[in-house]
Amino acid sequence: MNRRALLPLALFGVTAALLGVGLTLDPRELPSPLIGRSAPAFDLPALDAPQKRIAVGDFAGQVWILNVWASWCISCREEHAALTALARTGAAPVIGLNYKDERSQALAWLGRFGDPYALSLHDRDGRLGMDYGVYGVPETFIIDKKGVIRYKRVGILTPEIVRDRILPLVKELQRA
Amino acid sequence: MRSFVFIIYVVLTLSSAFAASPVVEDPVLEKRVMALAEELRCLVCQNQTLADSHAALAVDLKNRIRELLREGKTEREVLDFMVQRYGDFVLYRPPLRGATALLWAGPFILLALGVGGLILWLRRRQTPDAEGAS
Repeated sequence: MNRRALLPLALFGVTAALLGVGLTLDPRELPSPLIGRSAPAFDLPALDAPQKRIAVGDFAGQVWILNVWASWCISCREEHAALTALARTGAAPVIGLNYKDERSQALAWLGRFGDPYALSLHDRDGRLGMDYGVYGVPETFIIDKKGVIRYKRVGILTPEIVRDRILPLVKELQRA
Repeated sequence: MRSFVFIIYVVLTLSSAFAASPVVEDPVLEKRVMALAEELRCLVCQNQTLADSHAALAVDLKNRIRELLREGKTEREVLDFMVQRYGDFVLYRPPLRGATALLWAGPFILLALGVGGLILWLRRRQTPDAEGAS
């Protein structure tokens, strides 16, 4: 066989391999510059009790999970079961960040589907979301005892992600 | 009848003139906001700039840029604000550093390979003729 005939075949192989790898990557998943940095500060009202304010310092010394959600977010409904299961394990408190939402609609949503959150912050104007670099609700962060963001997920949580990524990392951070 | 048509014409042009000019208090500031928005990527619709996009987040970010500039922040500081939150990806002109070196050099490497290959191919094609002539 002519060696020259192999060249297009090799080129095809390389191109196919590169495109194949490209298919497995999600362009929506961006590396977050927040990982390894302190969780941005906040002082926001609780969703269910507007007069009560919650600050980032309230979670100092514990591992906690921050889940960004909204009643208008269809995907949040999709991840709701996995998130509820995660909260039920009691591995770490799951704090909700209710993002750009009406209080009444958010509370109705929780009433309808169930409330997996230890508590929810109400970020009415999305300003805190901006500090956390939120661009695709739902998003999930894991924050360690020192208040450093250790993990960020953009998009829905699946039972696999909870089992393979979230729970092992939370357990590791709890030991630290 | 003519004057009636004229009045309608005047009313319509005036109303469209009013509708077309949005409330811009500070055209200089607005220009700076838009210049920055041209440099930034809309995170939701990834192939649009913030300036082009009408996604809710893009509108919020443009408002935030306006606010930051009003507070006296420089262009550089506004871009840093965005990069701190969303990463280099928000910049349409990402900075040259280790992780982005291939992005910047890639096209030139490919060009060099292509030109090199072409020269090699042309030379090879010429050799048999040269041998035949000698």
